[in-house]
Amino acid sequence: MTGASDEKLIDELGLRREHRWSIYDHPNLIRGASVAVFLVLWEIYGRRIDPILFTYPTAVAVAFWKLLVSGELIRQLLVSLSALAAGFGASLVLGVILGLAMGRSRLAEACLEPHINALYATPQVALTPLLMMWLGLGFSVKVAVIFLFAFFPILINTASGAKYVSASMVEVGRAYLAPPRQILFKIVFPAALPFIMAGVRLAIGRALVGMVVAELFTAITGLGAMLSLYGNIFETAKMFVVIIVLALLGIGSIHATQWLERRLAGWKETERAVG
Amino acid sequence: MALNTLEQQALAQLDLSEVKPFRLTDHLSFVRGASVVVVLSLWEIFGRQVNPLFLSYPSAIARAFVQLLETREFERQALGSLQVFAVGLIAALILGIALGLLMGRYRLAEYLLDPYVYALDATPRVALIPLLLLWFGLGTSSKIAIVFLSGLFPVLMNTFAGVRTVSAQLVDIGRAYGAREGKIFTKIILPAALPFVMAGIRLAVGRALIGIITAEMFTAVTGLGALLIRYSSALATDKFFVPVILLALIGVVLSGGVEKLQKRLAPWKETERAL
Amino acid sequence: MLEVRQLSKVFFEQNDPRKPGLVALYNISLSIRNNEFVSLLGPSGCGKTTLIRIVAGLLPADRGEVIVNGQGVTAPGRERCMVFQQFGLLPWRTVLSNVEFGLEIEGTPKEERRQIAERYLELVGLKGFENYYPHQISGGMQQRVGIARALSKKPDILLMDEPFGAVDAQTREQLQEELLKIWAQTDTTVVFVTHSIDEAVYLSDRVVVMHARPGRIKEEVAVDLPRPRWEGDVKADPRFAQLRSHLRESLRG
Repeated sequence: MTGASDEKLIDELGLRREHRWSIYDHPNLIRGASVAVFLVLWEIYGRRIDPILFTYPTAVAVAFWKLLVSGELIRQLLVSLSALAAGFGASLVLGVILGLAMGRSRLAEACLEPHINALYATPQVALTPLLMMWLGLGFSVKVAVIFLFAFFPILINTASGAKYVSASMVEVGRAYLAPPRQILFKIVFPAALPFIMAGVRLAIGRALVGMVVAELFTAITGLGAMLSLYGNIFETAKMFVVIIVLALLGIGSIHATQWLERRLAGWKETERAVG
Repeated sequence: MALNTLEQQALAQLDLSEVKPFRLTDHLSFVRGASVVVVLSLWEIFGRQVNPLFLSYPSAIARAFVQLLETREFERQALGSLQVFAVGLIAALILGIALGLLMGRYRLAEYLLDPYVYALDATPRVALIPLLLLWFGLGTSSKIAIVFLSGLFPVLMNTFAGVRTVSAQLVDIGRAYGAREGKIFTKIILPAALPFVMAGIRLAVGRALIGIITAEMFTAVTGLGALLIRYSSALATDKFFVPVILLALIGVVLSGGVEKLQKRLAPWKETERAL
Repeated sequence: MLEVRQLSKVFFEQNDPRKPGLVALYNISLSIRNNEFVSLLGPSGCGKTTLIRIVAGLLPADRGEVIVNGQGVTAPGRERCMVFQQFGLLPWRTVLSNVEFGLEIEGTPKEERRQIAERYLELVGLKGFENYYPHQISGGMQQRVGIARALSKKPDILLMDEPFGAVDAQTREQLQEELLKIWAQTDTTVVFVTHSIDEAVYLSDRVVVMHARPGRIKEEVAVDLPRPRWEGDVKADPRFAQLRSHLRESLRG
């Protein structure tokens, strides 16, 4: 870091010059300008084209206001979020537990692996009609679908992390007389945490997709249902509101996971994620 | 490994070649196979006893498989899905790589485009299905649009990351040999980015498959997705599993194919990084 | 009092005794007195790491036994503590928490643990670094944390597997000196694995020379240089050079 003596030398050498202003130092200006231009163009051309099909920013803003005030938006958002929380929470708990078991027990891995691979290879969307057949069209089927979508990335990444915990770290545990259970909790689990977080990062995106898919198909409550229903009655502006809310959910969840990743697994740089 | 005389004597004297005790963990492939057999048998037994509408059972599914593969109808739907899938995916790959390279190379392009890229990437693309159906109708164009949008972002973002993550060391080598910007780009950055591009393609294939199936299920007119809805609505669970299994196989084959391609084109770097 | 009797260990391909095997240790017998500092010296593959791991209880022997204070041992025990070459610190724990690890497993209450850990951190010269994470401190400091962790369990026997192998030469010399000072303050027997002749002579009371293929003891050499060795320039002592060449010959033949 530049200290006082460094400053004197820099002055002496005459190197303190004015930094020339470059647009590249202000990326947000460029981004802002890009978005502003886009919105303006959209507004102008949107109004000209058939408003049933195309809508435009001010109409979307109005629709947003209406939906907010009527409470409809909040209501459906809460329905979606509660299903998301339940489904994702369940997949997290089960995924981590099973993943740790599979990672540490070669026997468990060999027993479960063929089935996990088969289920994982199948596009989870394709299995939703089956779930709807079993569970109907209510809350439980949504939770089940979200669980299905989020489960595998968490399971696979946890197993991977647990399996590849450095043997020397486990050995430290053994050398210090830790019984197997303590080795699992104090060494394997923390060491696998970066991998688990990578799995969570993937899983949350998929959980959102699952949520939308389930709601598109059951089309009764939730944000996805709103999309489907508004689509049927050509309310394009309202559809955009829902899409924007979903985009914000997506961005929010990405940031939340990144923050969580930094706090829980900041000690290790992980960029690897399977799935 | 050849042993010297001392070692041979030692081994002989120690006489440790007892019969190895039987451990299940030494016969893992057997465990895997047994696990599959057990599950399939249980499925067969319970599937028959419980109402076969809920889960069907392996022999019925096998029968339905043979039956359906012989009908022209099934073949036609499957090919229809695959055609739309291929068109949308290829378009996504071309545009994704092009944009990824552009954004990676020129900061201006990056800043102009990245608000949209990040926003759209965070949005579950399936949420756009009702909107796209409204704009493009129920025919093939909307499905191509979905596949395109599903596959675009993984390729774009991975290509972008690939271009940006090229080791500074490699670029320095180029400069040391007198190469200028353009040459450095084509001869160093592009090849170095190739593994990332391939990883992006692998992801894109999976996502695009999900896209097409979801769209087809939602519109329920043509394609494998439509068949899924048709069979499940008619409670023909045994037939239902046929497209499911087919889709799983397609997914595996495509993913494996891309992996092989990756090994041939970019074998020098193991990349599992996926965004 | 540590005794190794007729110890043998073979590594078979795929753990199958019917397949070809590598004789890592053959009929190793060794006797180590209390508070003695003994080095195991030899080239790679001579079995010295295998031997120390068997003594630590991390690896089972195929033949023979390890006897500590009159009792045969086959698993890790509280009287033996190991210091690893790659430090073996848990990266998600602070320095203090890492030192506490062994005590935590034992069930020592929190307050007591912390006091003991702080004391040993101070002993190894890391007072003030309690809340740092391993990746924030240098290799030499990490190894000192490893030593503090091992010592905090007050073991009778300290087992060190090339503990200074992963640090640079200057840090290495520093750590050697510090190890001798710490050892002088504690009542421990040390078994030290190294492939450096100089390190073995500088640190030990006795050097056990091992040969590879099969792993066996070639000879045991007493180091009668005066202690404390960090005072004066013991490396300039003519006896140091004599021992060095003797050991070099011994390793070769």
